Amino acid sequence: MRSAPLPRLGRYLFLTIFALFLALPLVIVAGVSLNGTRRMSFPPEQWSARWYVDFFNDPAWVSALRSSLLISALAALLAGTIALPICYFEWRYRLRLARTLNVLGRVPFMLPPVVLAVVFLVFWSSLSHVGRIEDVVVGHAVVFLQLPLAAISLGFVSIDRTLVEAAQTMGARDADVFRTIVLPIIMPYLISGMLFVALLSLNEYIIAQMVVGFAIETMPIKIFNSLRTGFSPTMCVGAVLFMLTGLVGYICIALISDLPKLLGSDRR
Amino acid sequence: MTARGSNWLLFWPTLVILLFFLVPFLLLLRVSVAMPGLGAVGAGGFDLRNYTSLPFDSGFVKSIGFSLALAAGVAVISLSLAFPFTFWLTRMKRAAQVIWLVFLLTTLSLSEVLITFAWQVMLAKRVGLSNLLVWMHLLPEPISLSPNLWAVVACLVYLVIPFSVLLLFPGMSRIDPQMGEAARTMGASATRAFFTVIVPLMRRPIVACFLMSFIVTIGSYVAPLVLGRPEHWTVAILISKAALNANNLPLATAMSVVFLAATALFCGLVLSMSRSRARA
Repeated sequence: MRSAPLPRLGRYLFLTIFALFLALPLVIVAGVSLNGTRRMSFPPEQWSARWYVDFFNDPAWVSALRSSLLISALAALLAGTIALPICYFEWRYRLRLARTLNVLGRVPFMLPPVVLAVVFLVFWSSLSHVGRIEDVVVGHAVVFLQLPLAAISLGFVSIDRTLVEAAQTMGARDADVFRTIVLPIIMPYLISGMLFVALLSLNEYIIAQMVVGFAIETMPIKIFNSLRTGFSPTMCVGAVLFMLTGLVGYICIALISDLPKLLGSDRR
Repeated sequence: MTARGSNWLLFWPTLVILLFFLVPFLLLLRVSVAMPGLGAVGAGGFDLRNYTSLPFDSGFVKSIGFSLALAAGVAVISLSLAFPFTFWLTRMKRAAQVIWLVFLLTTLSLSEVLITFAWQVMLAKRVGLSNLLVWMHLLPEPISLSPNLWAVVACLVYLVIPFSVLLLFPGMSRIDPQMGEAARTMGASATRAFFTVIVPLMRRPIVACFLMSFIVTIGSYVAPLVLGRPEHWTVAILISKAALNANNLPLATAMSVVFLAATALFCGLVLSMSRSRARA
């Protein structure tokens, strides 16, 4: 679309302000994390990486980082093992059960997190099984199940059914079709879906806090707790590490799959 | 070709969804009508006291009203910023789109805790924004810009905007650019083409986006707690206080059920309004 100079200027201005709005808090936290003094100040008074050294020498922060990573990896794996069969059976055999599960599995994502936190808290308390790491793993897998379901369903739509028919005429069994046709095409979608779960699980606060917060400290819980007791530059290091993890994770998704398409665009 | 042979593979997903979502959700409803008391299911039994006491708790009633209004306001603001942005985004080159999308997804998945923390740092007396305003002669001296309502709103808009963009993105990218061009060739200005062609085509995504932004905001917990004063506390904060500090799970579950019902009612109202307008 041709556009007059004035609207074009307006568009660039808007996009620049939009980018600044999104970037500013991140830039400021990164700046504060590199400040050499204990005081919070931006721009940094003197540049230093000492808080990064502190972070990795503090067993409390390292253990919070470790439990966060463990929870997110397990939640992603669990969500993947639930979502893949649902989408496969819905696509391959058009089973009503699979279709129902695909709809039902997307419901928790739509509910307010605090309500889900209460739901899981009540559930695990009634089983007298509280404060365990698996409680929050299962919780995250169920809550974020929507993401691999959506991603993998999208992948199945892109499989050409004549490919499957051709394979079957040549004598391929279901297992062969799955291994040689379905899996290679679906893999990027499966991995992207699981990465989404892992990244959101890493950052989830309220469910983790209410279900296991008194026993296990994840990174968001640890940052929140330090937030309440006062500022320390080490918190900024934790925050920066998390932003970088997210950035690297999404760049990976963009590299292994067609990101605009994954997010619903249908143009090249 | 039948599914009989490998049907058992669906057993696992069914089990997980039943056991860890449906059962716990039904348990929530059950506990909300249990007698108040300590422990997972309160004192057991059947008692509507958790519900009947809520309307007289002015803190809870006010908080429900405030949460609904806050969420609706934030959803409107982020929608009106995200809409033009998404329009331009879908008209960029593919590589530029990917970069913007990675950036948006990174901020989208950032924990509410981190975003709130970043805003608290940014609004602090000695950092960034306050100094900038002094430099622009808008403020006489650096001050702390939180806690107040505007800090909460700004932080929540930040939290929600990536969701809004990603919900508008599919619909917007499917609009044929020729539609706008056609309107332009017939003599409409760019602005007029935007409002008479693009916006009406996007009616359904706009409603979906408003509702999703509303739902994301209404569940917010950390931002109002840290950047707001107690009168800015959302229902989520009250629920978690009832569950954790007062250790009264039956009350917390009853509050959750009322909260869900109020949210569902509001969303239903918006949906039916948008439908009746579409028919008119």
